[in-house]
Amino acid sequence: MAEVEETLKRIQTQKGVQGIIIVNSEGIPIKTTLDNSSTVQYAGLIHQLVMKARSTVRDIDPQNDLTFLRVRSKKNEIMIAPDKDYFLIVIQNPSD
Amino acid sequence: MEIVHVYMKLRGEFGRQCLLSDRPVELLVDFPPNPSLGLQFIQKTPRDQAVQACTDTSEHQVNTERFESDSCGINHVEGGWPKDVDPGEMEQTIRFRKKVEKDEGYMNTLLQLGSVMEHCIRQNNSVDIYQLYFEDEVDVEESQDPPSAKTINVFRDPNGVKRTITGLSWHPDGGRKMAAAYSCLEFQKASRDMSLDSYIWDVEYPKRPEMTLKPISSLVCLDYNPKDPHTLVGGSYSGQIAYWDTRRGSHPVELSSVEQSHRDPVYKIIWLQSKTGTDAFSASTDGQVLWWDVRKLSEPTERLVLDPGREGNLDRALGAISLEFEATMPTKFMVGTEQGLIVSCNRKAKTPSEKIVCTYDGHHGPVYALQRNPFFPKNFLTVGDWTARIWSEDIKDSSIMWTKYQMSYLMDACWSPVRPAVFFTVKTDGVLDVWDILFKQNDPVLSFKVSDKALYSLRVQDNGRLVACGSEQGEATLLEICSGLSTLQKNEKSLLAAMLERETKREKILEARQREIRLKERSRSEQSREDEISRDEGQESPEQLMGRAEKDFYSMVETEQRRRREREDETQREKDVCEEKHVKEETETH
Repeated sequence: MAEVEETLKRIQTQKGVQGIIIVNSEGIPIKTTLDNSSTVQYAGLIHQLVMKARSTVRDIDPQNDLTFLRVRSKKNEIMIAPDKDYFLIVIQNPSD
Repeated sequence: MEIVHVYMKLRGEFGRQCLLSDRPVELLVDFPPNPSLGLQFIQKTPRDQAVQACTDTSEHQVNTERFESDSCGINHVEGGWPKDVDPGEMEQTIRFRKKVEKDEGYMNTLLQLGSVMEHCIRQNNSVDIYQLYFEDEVDVEESQDPPSAKTINVFRDPNGVKRTITGLSWHPDGGRKMAAAYSCLEFQKASRDMSLDSYIWDVEYPKRPEMTLKPISSLVCLDYNPKDPHTLVGGSYSGQIAYWDTRRGSHPVELSSVEQSHRDPVYKIIWLQSKTGTDAFSASTDGQVLWWDVRKLSEPTERLVLDPGREGNLDRALGAISLEFEATMPTKFMVGTEQGLIVSCNRKAKTPSEKIVCTYDGHHGPVYALQRNPFFPKNFLTVGDWTARIWSEDIKDSSIMWTKYQMSYLMDACWSPVRPAVFFTVKTDGVLDVWDILFKQNDPVLSFKVSDKALYSLRVQDNGRLVACGSEQGEATLLEICSGLSTLQKNEKSLLAAMLERETKREKILEARQREIRLKERSRSEQSREDEISRDEGQESPEQLMGRAEKDFYSMVETEQRRRREREDETQREKDVCEEKHVKEETETH
């Protein structure tokens, strides 16, 4: 429990990190550092995106699997680390 | 006991037994073929006869009716909470979350994901992998694509009876919406069940108009207020002006009174630049230009009669068909008339007669469009009859540049707001022409056939890429112009300025020469007249002139007759002389 907190705090203090969301496989945000409406929006939309990306990777090669997903946009970068039951979503504004 | 019937016959009573013997073949009847009978039939070789017993079928093509689809999204606000947790209840959700956090699987997963994530974050922070190298060289010489235009959307009039799109106006903020005015301009062609509505369309959604405007009589023109994008003003077929606020619904918020409005359809209405942002002015073929304050549409604030004699005489007024107003020159405006004249007016003149500054004699027919070049306000474009002309304000006699006579009537034109040398025209054969006068002056750079029906109106959106044209059957087509025609080329402004100056100078020189010739003629005719006057002592009245003309005529006739008589006498005398000679000869020979 404490390690989890520590990990999250470490991520939070990295340069440029704007927010962290942990979502479970049903799309329910478990833990978040953003406000409620953004969290819910991110959770819902990114869930679908990860499902699609994962199925794409697996369709091309059934032995393969999705390990990480990065969505770079004009304003920031959304990084998603997926797992069987949970996702970790971090929104970062990279330094430049 | 068997019942038996005994039948007895003596053998001798049977008769002789038959004796069979062989006989040779004997031909009994022979029917030879009769060729004469064959002549009654037509020889048909080869002959195909398909014999099949089945039902007749035919092939048919059917197109289903265009179905209307509406795309809308549903945003799931709350995720899939399990059945026993009520998402509304804060307590339950918090309890659920805490339970999840205590789960061991959660902790392990998160530690693992956390390390992966950290790695990527650090990566991002150390090197910007999306850095643009050579950013300055991004504007490479653009590939010389041939100019092209692409139809993006077609907005059709949803009513059964199709009306012409006579006016178009883009929404001032970014141009996501477009307002189109529908009316039937042909005299008495408007049927009773023709709808009076005009529509506002959303550019992305061509199936259904975003909003309907319901005027009292169909709108001929309309304009969005550049200061307040919710308000529109429209001029209608009955001559009245109507003011809408889109937040308040489809019916006009205010309508001008019939007595004080125009007596003919209002062909153009434009918002003015003013402090209150509520002034507009309108023009119509009844010869008047009226100024309105939309807060009080019961009567116009100012009135101007387009009388070229500057007397305000409505009977001699010219009918106005197009208006032009440039926000950078708020006191001047121009009116294009039905008679082909363009009148330049000054709003701030003291007396009504001074309001009309000068006229330009332009076209053989009504001037359907009139617009100043947004980059060079001294030059303006007019369209009417079969040509488009570019004028300079200083030269009043003729335009400085013009296109050759086209095959069909030009109905509308406008400059491109981004490229000073590009303008668009639409014609009655359904073609949109894009002209680039820096590139080619004889022909349009791009001729794009938009539709089979005549195109009546045209509007370019402020970004210069989207062009909307309205056709006779109520279809508004949205086109996207290729980037070559909608991005400013380097040196374009200076090149165009040089070209316009050159043409203006040419016209000025021609004008000066014309004036010289005229002066010379006048002085010559004055000279000869002076001599005559010295003979005739002062001014002559018409009767004296007529008397003199008669006298001259008769004297001329007399001289001619005398001459003829003399000639006859001469020939007669010659003949006599000949005869005498003859007689003399005869007598001599005798």
